[in-house]
Amino acid sequence: MIGTISYLVFFATTASILAIAVLGLNLQWGNTGLFNGGVVAFFGAGAYGTLILGGTPQDGHLGGYGLFYPLALLGGMAAAGVMAWIVGLLTLRLRHDYLAIATFGVAVAFENLMRNAEWLAGGAKGVRGFERPLRDALGDGFLYNIAFFITVLIILITVYLFLERLVASPFGRLLRAIREDEEAASSLGKSPSRIRLTAFITGSVILGLAGGLYGTFYAFVSPQDVLPTLTFQIWAMLIVGGAGNNRGAIFGAFLIWGAWTASGWALSRFAPVEAQLYTGSMQFVLIGVVIVGMLMWRPQGLLPERLVVSQRGSKE
Amino acid sequence: MIQNLIDGVLTGSYLSLGAIGLTLVMHILRFANFSHAELLSLGAYAALVFDALVTALAPVLATKLGPLSLTYALLFAILISMVLTGLSAVLIDRLVFKRVREKGWELSMVFASFGMALIIRNVIGLIFGLSPELYSKDIAFAMILSRDPLILVKPDQVFVLVAALALMFVLHLILSRTTFGYALRAVAENPSLAQVNGVNLARTVMAVWLIGGSLAAVAGVFYGLSHQVIPVMGRDLVLPIFAATIVGGIGSVYGAVLGGFIVGIAGNLALVVLPSGYTPSIPFMLILIVLMIRPHGLFGEARA
Amino acid sequence: MPDPVLQVSDVTAGYVPDLPILHGVSLTAERGRITLIIGPNGAGKSTLIKAIAGLIPVSAGRLTLDGQDVTHIRPDQLAAYGIAYVPQTDNIFRSLTIRQNLDLALRRAGGDAAARRNQLLTQFPALADKQHDRAGTLSGGQRQFLAIAMALARAPRLILMDEPSAGLSPKATAEVLEHARKLTADGVSILLVEQNVSQAMKLADHCYILAEGRNQVDGPAAELIGNKVVGEIYLGGRRMGAA
Repeated sequence: MIGTISYLVFFATTASILAIAVLGLNLQWGNTGLFNGGVVAFFGAGAYGTLILGGTPQDGHLGGYGLFYPLALLGGMAAAGVMAWIVGLLTLRLRHDYLAIATFGVAVAFENLMRNAEWLAGGAKGVRGFERPLRDALGDGFLYNIAFFITVLIILITVYLFLERLVASPFGRLLRAIREDEEAASSLGKSPSRIRLTAFITGSVILGLAGGLYGTFYAFVSPQDVLPTLTFQIWAMLIVGGAGNNRGAIFGAFLIWGAWTASGWALSRFAPVEAQLYTGSMQFVLIGVVIVGMLMWRPQGLLPERLVVSQRGSKE
Repeated sequence: MIQNLIDGVLTGSYLSLGAIGLTLVMHILRFANFSHAELLSLGAYAALVFDALVTALAPVLATKLGPLSLTYALLFAILISMVLTGLSAVLIDRLVFKRVREKGWELSMVFASFGMALIIRNVIGLIFGLSPELYSKDIAFAMILSRDPLILVKPDQVFVLVAALALMFVLHLILSRTTFGYALRAVAENPSLAQVNGVNLARTVMAVWLIGGSLAAVAGVFYGLSHQVIPVMGRDLVLPIFAATIVGGIGSVYGAVLGGFIVGIAGNLALVVLPSGYTPSIPFMLILIVLMIRPHGLFGEARA
Repeated sequence: MPDPVLQVSDVTAGYVPDLPILHGVSLTAERGRITLIIGPNGAGKSTLIKAIAGLIPVSAGRLTLDGQDVTHIRPDQLAAYGIAYVPQTDNIFRSLTIRQNLDLALRRAGGDAAARRNQLLTQFPALADKQHDRAGTLSGGQRQFLAIAMALARAPRLILMDEPSAGLSPKATAEVLEHARKLTADGVSILLVEQNVSQAMKLADHCYILAEGRNQVDGPAAELIGNKVVGEIYLGGRRMGAA
């Protein structure tokens, strides 16, 4: 019994952290129409940043600043933001493709750098030696996990409320205006590329926050955590949940994470031994089918955007 | 150093072939097709299958061409693979991209292409297994061009370069000498004006997929001849090919050719100063440099 | 004896299905004549001409070319039926040479394309000298002539011209419009949209005035010159457009 509850807490914590990431992506894609092909890089920047800043000294690589935890987390978010600022500055003036390609490239380069640069973040071995905050008071067991889950939940709700207010604000209306018709928005005297940059950085900082929490949860991060898989999963969560709808984003995160975990479990349990090597491939095919299928048959997602004045589909 | 340069040119020859199709699709259909590199895998595996098939049906064709490891059977297989990969590209467009295009807005296409890439790559893995395959099990001996410094070139590599240049020259002739070529360029520049001048848009889009797909097939086989055929080759090639289109300027066929060579050479020259582990990051560095100093690439034009 | 080439009957059309710009416009273009469409900004003149060319979906009404229904025909098929369209801007392919532009337009024309191309080049000597240059290097007036030459390539029944004088000097405008007049002598019909009302009215045979996507007044161009109502619609509309 305690085993089941403990697993459920573990599952819900991971899903909630991913839901925060999906919310960040929703601001970029759902609300502003910015394609982020390298979600995992910003997530990873948050995770690496937090652990390097907040960890204990390690031999051979950067880190061990032992910063007060909230500051370390903010530092991780800032790292994601700075990366978004650089990429956004270079690409947001250009046609949409450039952002897609550049963000995809950031993710490849980020993983590549983390894997190779031992002096920076331990290379393939990853960043160790991070002490989870308040571990002395709460211990390492079930109690800690419950407390951590509640913290993540509070952060998720805070991010949700923040984004809901942002989307309802004049700035949010501007974002949608730019998404629907950039020329019209710029004729109102607004600079679309600056507004898009703001939205892109804000979304990436939220992705960094999710990454920071993820790193904290495992007290460890390595290049294996920043593989493209995560990008695809987070996309699928948003597309299935419903781009443009924050509740849909959260719903999609839990649904897809549940389906992913369940399919992995089912494949490992029921697939013949010789097929075990291919469970990864099967899961990827499934996620590809989910993405393509949703776009073809239900592009608005399971929970569609509510306040739409959309011209999607009718525009050339 | 000179060896790196030579290797870079050879890498460039298959990157260019891949980038040509990608740049055309990106320009005419206005979306970054992340599944284009999977057409290279598709072509490489199709050639593998038909090579075995042709060899089984007509063992006499298994003879090698001069010093090359390439056989007549593989040559046939490449031609069949070009046709099949081109048709697959058309089919994928009909089944998926066309529907998404009609239903959603432009950027949904990028998502769809990522999804297609995942599907194609992993289905290939499920069918052919995850371990690498080779077109020829024989060891190809390199020719020694110079001993000091040591410069080695394999006959296959020379063939790849010559064949790639020949294909690009044929494409150049089509684009610059035939009205079909003018129609392709016209659609790339201004689709509605092309239509009122009598160009059938749907048919041109189909032709672009056919050309892009068949060149991708050749590129895939050439990659396989130079390295190995493996299901994840698309994943490793997608960024270099995109980098080639951005360096050359999206939409420019000549830019894609030059971009492919630049990316190939840069990647190999980087080995002189950087450990080989960093090679996958080089295309991204090139993209950043180009975006900083010449955002529309060498031959590209600003277009919203 | 009226001899209509094109008949537009109660056409409703717009870029977006639910947002029509034209609300039931009708007009007739006679063979060998210049039919002029004028109206204030936003009247729907360009939209009308694009709808006739097949570039904008027609949601209601009918288009007939010599009695044949051509309402929902693809633009490239319309081109084959003999409707040529010269857009206001971006009406040539800048990256192709002048000769390649002409050869492209002649691609489906049938007959001896090379001979036809040389014939067109003799007709436009300014283009002949530069036939191997990229069309992007041409001046505004020369571009307009190239666009007209491309339209003529397929020996069209009807040429749709959207503000050929836009961005041209008065001298170049006069040349272009004179050329249009000459074409009608060979039996070509022209449907012309112009902002340059005074010059165009002198040239045209029949004139339609559109405002807010609807027919307002029409009649022989000579009679409409100096007509008070025309001035009011036009100037009134223009003020509206400016506001």
